[in-house]
Amino acid sequence: MNKLLLLFLLLGSSTFADAQDMAPLVNKLKAKLDQVNDYQATGVLKTDIAFIKAPVSRVKVFFKKPNHFRLVKDGGISILPKGGLSVTLNNVIDLGNFVALAAGDATVDGFAVKIVKVLPGDDANDLVLATLYIDEKNLLVRKANITTRENGTYDISLAYGKFSSYGLADKVVFSFNTKNYKLPKGVTLEFDDEAKTTDAEKLKNKKGKVEITYDNYTINKGVDDNIFK
Amino acid sequence: MWKLLQIELYKIFKRPRTYIAFGTIASLIMIVQFGLKLDGKEYVDFMLSTVPGFELGGNVLNGYLVCYITLMMLLINVPLLVTIISADMISGEANIGTLRFLLAKPYSRAQLIIAKFLATVIYTFLLLVWLALFALLLNMLLFGVSDMVIFKSSYIVVIKSNDVFWRYLGAFGFAFIAMTTVAAVGFLLSIFAENSIGPIVGTMSIIVFFTVISTLNIPLYSAIKPYLFVTHMNNWKEFFDEKVDLNNSAISGTIQNPQRIINSVLVLLGHTVGLLAVAVFIFKRKDVLS
Repeated sequence: MNKLLLLFLLLGSSTFADAQDMAPLVNKLKAKLDQVNDYQATGVLKTDIAFIKAPVSRVKVFFKKPNHFRLVKDGGISILPKGGLSVTLNNVIDLGNFVALAAGDATVDGFAVKIVKVLPGDDANDLVLATLYIDEKNLLVRKANITTRENGTYDISLAYGKFSSYGLADKVVFSFNTKNYKLPKGVTLEFDDEAKTTDAEKLKNKKGKVEITYDNYTINKGVDDNIFK
Repeated sequence: MWKLLQIELYKIFKRPRTYIAFGTIASLIMIVQFGLKLDGKEYVDFMLSTVPGFELGGNVLNGYLVCYITLMMLLINVPLLVTIISADMISGEANIGTLRFLLAKPYSRAQLIIAKFLATVIYTFLLLVWLALFALLLNMLLFGVSDMVIFKSSYIVVIKSNDVFWRYLGAFGFAFIAMTTVAAVGFLLSIFAENSIGPIVGTMSIIVFFTVISTLNIPLYSAIKPYLFVTHMNNWKEFFDEKVDLNNSAISGTIQNPQRIINSVLVLLGHTVGLLAVAVFIFKRKDVLS
């Protein structure tokens, strides 16, 4: 019985040791992302949410360390999941006090990745759990699954191009679950839209998706703090 | 005919009551503008509270949205303002005893009726131009211009700012056709009365009655709904809905259901022509004693 207990302890401690080993990888990734103090980027925003009809539009994205992020639609209105887009990989990796556990290997878009579970050490952090799919060879996050206290869970898929040396993606896709949207007809004064409701019903089970395709980044040229106010 | 029309227009715009409608529209719009300018954030926050988990960036409460809100509130009441004049066109003359003298002129009864109706249509048109000036142009000046977000009962539409103005032109054009139908109802009823109160109340009662029927989701009434002109009067909103592509992105410059607009225009024009024809038919045979 004692031998069995010893075996469990040994197995457990070896798993824990492996899990601890992922912190250096995350720190290496952090060092890479730390090259970027700020950036301005331009791109195209596509919104695919069942109850939102929004056109494809051009956007400007601003980022500044430690975690300032803002998306501005050129002369227009953006309707985006709360908090979701502003959680960048920097937020996840820049936790300072975190635990990184190995959760196996996988392949994302043809790239071999390490699955790393990142847990913040601080209980008050909005981030509850982040699962990062890290391409160890290129030191890039190919996919992430983020769970937050305030804004639920969402997936981030990243595709890289000419800015991969900074760890900045050319295309970012946020996926999240959407709740049903319903406004009383008395408010909208629409009493005859049965046909359109049926169209909306068809889309009800779809996951919400917001896609930003960046065409240019201006890195480390300074970003005015007023942009984030 | 042109002379007759000029006389009828002169009579309409000589009466102080004509300007009540213009004054009412201007003051109502200014009240809405004042309220939204001071407390518009509350309104937008209420709308946003229906989409938890999402946030809007940019100038949401811009002139285009304020105009939409204004039209939603006002276009229900504009029929009353149109009726005040249209329902008085014949009955008003009968009331003051000038109808017989009018018929003594060297014009046919049909010409007289058509001239009077055209004058009513011009009044309706000017009323809507006035509405557009205050509700659209003034709001654009006061609240600025940006993309337009419309909260519908089961979805939200975002329209690019450069894709909105033509939709308003279409919506006002549609509203003009709808109000002309209302004018035709009041005009027809005014033939049967010798004072304007009866036709005004009668027209409004018809609109209220059929509006209630058209909003009731009871299968028994569903069969007749497509034929009621009131069912189609609110379809100006169709201009503010877009088609989406396979990725669920809105396609600028499109209308979700153009056929719905065409059908409504045809039904409304059909009613207008039919009501005018009946008015001409009855008036030609009417024994005018006043």
